Amino acid sequence: MDGIALLTITVLAVFVGFEVVSKVSSTLHTPLMSGANAIHGIILVGAIIVAGQASDPWVLAVALLAVVLATANLVGGFVVTDRMLEMFRGRKREVAPPGREPEALKPEAKEGLR
Amino acid sequence: MTLINPVWTSLLYLAAAVCFILALKGLNSPRTARRGNLVGAFGAALAVATVFFSVKMDNVPWILAAMVVGSGVAAPVARQVKMTQMPQLVALFNGVGGGAAALVALLELAPTEDHWVRVAIVFTLLVGAVSFAGSAITFSKLQELMTTRPVVFPGLPTLMGAVLLAAVGAAVAVVFSGSLALALVLLLLGLAAGLLLVLPVGGADVPIVISLLNAFTGLAVAASGLVLGNVLLVVAGTLVGASGTILTRAMAAAMGRSVAGILFGAFKGGSTAGSTAVSDRPVRSSSPEDVAVLLGYAQRVIIVPGYGLAVAQGQHTAAELALALEARGIDVDFAIHPVAGRMPGHMNVLLAEANVPYESLKEMGEINSEFRTADVALVVGANDVVNPAAKTTAGSPIYGMPILEVADARQVVFLKRSMRPGFAGIENELMYEPQTTLLFGDAKESLAKVLSAVKAL
Repeated sequence: MDGIALLTITVLAVFVGFEVVSKVSSTLHTPLMSGANAIHGIILVGAIIVAGQASDPWVLAVALLAVVLATANLVGGFVVTDRMLEMFRGRKREVAPPGREPEALKPEAKEGLR
Repeated sequence: MTLINPVWTSLLYLAAAVCFILALKGLNSPRTARRGNLVGAFGAALAVATVFFSVKMDNVPWILAAMVVGSGVAAPVARQVKMTQMPQLVALFNGVGGGAAALVALLELAPTEDHWVRVAIVFTLLVGAVSFAGSAITFSKLQELMTTRPVVFPGLPTLMGAVLLAAVGAAVAVVFSGSLALALVLLLLGLAAGLLLVLPVGGADVPIVISLLNAFTGLAVAASGLVLGNVLLVVAGTLVGASGTILTRAMAAAMGRSVAGILFGAFKGGSTAGSTAVSDRPVRSSSPEDVAVLLGYAQRVIIVPGYGLAVAQGQHTAAELALALEARGIDVDFAIHPVAGRMPGHMNVLLAEANVPYESLKEMGEINSEFRTADVALVVGANDVVNPAAKTTAGSPIYGMPILEVADARQVVFLKRSMRPGFAGIENELMYEPQTTLLFGDAKESLAKVLSAVKAL
């Protein structure tokens, strides 16, 4: 792909990134960071390409190291983000809407603590 | 192996890129966030599967083995890590990502003739190496493998300047010569720069550094996409770079400081107002029973959780206390300072783990005007984020940082381990005010005692 097309895509991606992320609530900033962290693990694709074209054993060794590191980043990032977000889910208060009603809240929330 | 048509490859990469955008978009609300993350993971799997069928590949068994090793190490760690240790883990994954990007760039140097592509290569090398070394230091600070206080020594700015100058020189030389030896020198200089960048940053500022390094790794990945001519890497890396930049700025604003000030002026003035010495000025300390009475007969209680709560693993007890108070008809909220915990939004994760409904977690801007209507502000393991010195003492290292206005509440109760000052090492005048009482002890134990006293009321 030629340079100008890549540059165009890069610039547009900057705007998409700013646009999408500025709407994230500060409650979810930690999952956002770890989710974004997982996404840059996609460098794995680059590492695989380089490793797949390596003929020199040293080049292959370094490329495989890159594959290991990138996989750790990608897999670990998505797993840990999922773990965090799982906790945010399932705590919706269906009984009591945002206005608080201690009586309605009590049994359900207690169950969660078990 | 038969290869798929390049058009299909591009379309599959495009689909993966869209998945990543949807993953970030899902985080707009806690309800859609988890599904979004799964969509992102699907996109990543799609992209990785695609690459095996898009270019001629050798060494496939080796590559698969390396992937098994990588996920075999990372997945169990990710599954078992404690939520309090999340910042370290993010720093760690960020570092290995940056390292991988730098290695990919290094290997792409030999087959590259184009000077512009070499520019992208040296950028990836340098930024990836900075991110790797910086993350390693961040990890060590958070894991307390080394001191959390700023490490400064005379001549540090000069050394940093020299390293950066040398790095720029080496980068230019690599672009024109394509020399692998020089590229290795550049890699080492990048590692040194990462080290020197993070060493002087104090523990309290580490959240901002993680976020910044995350953006750096994103940019390195985007640049490596330019090197390999891979659109997916460009888009994904740029998205991460943009999100990291926004977060870094939001964090710095929440601390009332500039990003440059944090990196280069890191708490230099700390000694003027702060020390680690234990003060012997008189304070009003109290018993768990007295605190229970204060809380139990209030109408509105605002709990201010800080990192001390997380360290003591007291978030579950805090959540139980909130429930017990709500059962008495008391209005309870949690006031979350943006830098409570050790990374942006960390306290929310910890309280979510303890099943506190996210509607009860109030952001600083939302809750600050409500302290004035609160009978009791219960500060658990927090210090700097409620320190009025941020507003009143111009010379203080935290001056200008927005704080939670707990002083407006009728009564302030601090649960503290000791009179030791917080991360920033600054005395908190609020503790000597007449409306303040202190309950000393481990946050979790104190909360448990108060909880049982409340139940006995």
